[in-house]
Amino acid sequence: MPNQPILEHLWIIPLLPLLGATINGLLGDKWPNKIVNSVALSATGLSFLSALEAAREFVTYVAPTGQIFRKEFFDWIFTGVSAGNFRVGFDLQMDQLTVVMVLVVTGVGFLIHIYSTGYMAHEGGYYRFFSYLNLFMFFMLILVLAANYVLLFVGWEGVGLASYLLIGFYFLKKSASDAGKKAFIVNRIGDFGFMLGMFLLFRTFHTLDFSQLFAAVEKSGWSKEPMWAFGTFTIASLLLFMGAAGKSAQLPLYVWLPDAMEGPTPVSALIHAATMVTAGVYVVARSHILFQHSETALVVVAVVGCATAFFAATIGLVQTDIKRVLAYSTVSQLGYMFLACGVGAFSAGIFHLMTHAFFKALLFLAAGSVIHAMGGEQDMHRMGGLRKSIKYTFATMFIATLAIAGIPPLAGFFSKDSILLNAYNIPGGRPLYIIGLLTALLTAFYMFRLVFLTFWGKPRYDEHHVHVHESPWSMLGPLVVLAVLSVIGGWFAAPALWGGKDYFTEFLAPVFATGEVAGASAAIDEAAAHSLELRLAVVAVLTALLGIAVAYWLYIRQPKKPAELAKSLQPVYKALFNKYWVDELYAATVVRPLVWVSDHVLWKIVDVEAIDGTVNGIAHGATAVGDRVRHTQSGNTRSYAAWVVVGAVVVIVILFWPSLGPMIGHLFGTTVTK
Amino acid sequence: MVPTQYYLILSAILFGLGVVAFVFRRNIITIFMSIELMLNAVNLSFVAFSQSMPANHPHKLDGQLFVLFVIVVAAAEAAVGLGIIILTARNRQSLNVERVDLLKL
Repeated sequence: MPNQPILEHLWIIPLLPLLGATINGLLGDKWPNKIVNSVALSATGLSFLSALEAAREFVTYVAPTGQIFRKEFFDWIFTGVSAGNFRVGFDLQMDQLTVVMVLVVTGVGFLIHIYSTGYMAHEGGYYRFFSYLNLFMFFMLILVLAANYVLLFVGWEGVGLASYLLIGFYFLKKSASDAGKKAFIVNRIGDFGFMLGMFLLFRTFHTLDFSQLFAAVEKSGWSKEPMWAFGTFTIASLLLFMGAAGKSAQLPLYVWLPDAMEGPTPVSALIHAATMVTAGVYVVARSHILFQHSETALVVVAVVGCATAFFAATIGLVQTDIKRVLAYSTVSQLGYMFLACGVGAFSAGIFHLMTHAFFKALLFLAAGSVIHAMGGEQDMHRMGGLRKSIKYTFATMFIATLAIAGIPPLAGFFSKDSILLNAYNIPGGRPLYIIGLLTALLTAFYMFRLVFLTFWGKPRYDEHHVHVHESPWSMLGPLVVLAVLSVIGGWFAAPALWGGKDYFTEFLAPVFATGEVAGASAAIDEAAAHSLELRLAVVAVLTALLGIAVAYWLYIRQPKKPAELAKSLQPVYKALFNKYWVDELYAATVVRPLVWVSDHVLWKIVDVEAIDGTVNGIAHGATAVGDRVRHTQSGNTRSYAAWVVVGAVVVIVILFWPSLGPMIGHLFGTTVTK
Repeated sequence: MVPTQYYLILSAILFGLGVVAFVFRRNIITIFMSIELMLNAVNLSFVAFSQSMPANHPHKLDGQLFVLFVIVVAAAEAAVGLGIIILTARNRQSLNVERVDLLKL
């Protein structure tokens, strides 16, 4: 294989950020900000360049052969032939799906690193921030490059750790450290399922390597498990999906993501919008062969995704914290991705993952820029009229909002449209389609509500105290790049109808070749498919426009109306504003009982009584024995001598015991009678 | 020739006296003497065993040689021991061993 320097050394892509994290983490404390961010930026920048080169090499040399690139670097776990020949290696692989993921992660990651140099400039713990951010990049790249489930799981847990560290970055703030813990613990629940899924797969197929496992599944000719049949595939897929639901914040494990907004805004953009939370979607797409062998699993994925999309969007309607609106929007958009996977349109899901990474990262970064401009204010009710004073932020954020609302020809329109089309096309998919469409309506509404509240109207802040100022170019640069990507990102997969070619689906076809619902478009003839696509697209655009119009009417035309509406719909508004009391419900049913058991049983009985009791008992015993025995060490020479004599006598008696009787008898001239 | 047992019995008696004196007497000089008594009781049994061996036995003289070593060590011990005793007596104005129960003065 000539001319594949980076592919042959694929480890360099994840290793560079790890190097950056280590250097900054160990030495950065004493360094000025400039050095710290040059280390971090060059690590991610070089990683991005390597990823680009690796992608080029892959597309040029490997892709035409129809194979995936796979390289085994070293054995990590190897039981030997006698113990079942189980091997887990540090194996990295590159296929079309990985190319997309690696480019998104390193590309968006690099932009967010640049942004952070500006955003974090006046914050303490600068080196710590960049060290964690690089560490996150390392684990995320391991996650997407891994060639087996175990290595993927290493990255999976690693990004969870980085997420925990960064959510709790302002660890002196109680709410931040609590949010970090919440994210970590909720994710453990999902990870538990993920591990069980891995164990089940290993038990059935005796391998966790992607290529071997999927080849085994295909070769063995397992039939698709029908609805309500709980065979190996269904259970394994559902368990993996449990992990994915935890990481990607789906019902019922989404509760950690809105709280994760306690972290610095670049973290929300990188980890809790663009990359880490999409890991669940990636896992489902990566394991698509398993999911496609189970009707139930696919339906569950689709329904959970659809329900989450709608549910989170309704909460997003009434939130007042700019970042929380975006957080619920992220949960909602992740739901869309799972909906796509559930209806079998994996490439549409990954496509939405990519476009979402662009526009949601942009939204978060722009929101960060707004917060920066407002001197830390996050409540939209205390903003307003900002579009004149921070023009660039406004323009880029407006583009991202149009993109997420699904206005053509921006990125979000194409990806969302393709998901809705696929949902519409599967048998029994109409309810999913309708809820998806409703969600699109809500999305357009709450996103424009955010924009109108923030940038239009009269300033609602104290203009004497808040000096609104545009952010530095280190922050605006990434915004502009992401804005451009949000505009053109969708054209990679423009439907045939738009005169474009669906390059994206075509590119990913080798990965999802086995059973991407080809039926959807093949069954219906081309012309009918086109007219259907056109109708659905028009409906989607009209829906989005309706949402925008309502937002315009409520927040610009009749600024008093929302409050009146909230009053007249008091119960609904309260339910939404309090996020359906889900946190309270969890607190009452799960958290408080757990805390009670931990407090009264595990702590006060098991820990204090049993464990501490045992340890302290042994210590007290030793003290008591010592207390008695120490009296023998009196310092009196004669008592020592007496002890020596006693000892000597005992030794002699023991040594000569059997012959002692006859010996004494012999000495005194008598014989011992038995 | 006197049978070996007689020597051994005498040696045991002397050793026993030494032990009893060591444990029950309080005067350091007496205790010191009882140590010498025990050493010489052991010397006696060494010599007795040596004497009881056949003349051509290759280890015939080992016992007697050992006695010489014991005497040398006992002499050295006497030198050091008496020095310590004199110092203790000077510092405590007493030869009672019960009053010497601390390593410091």
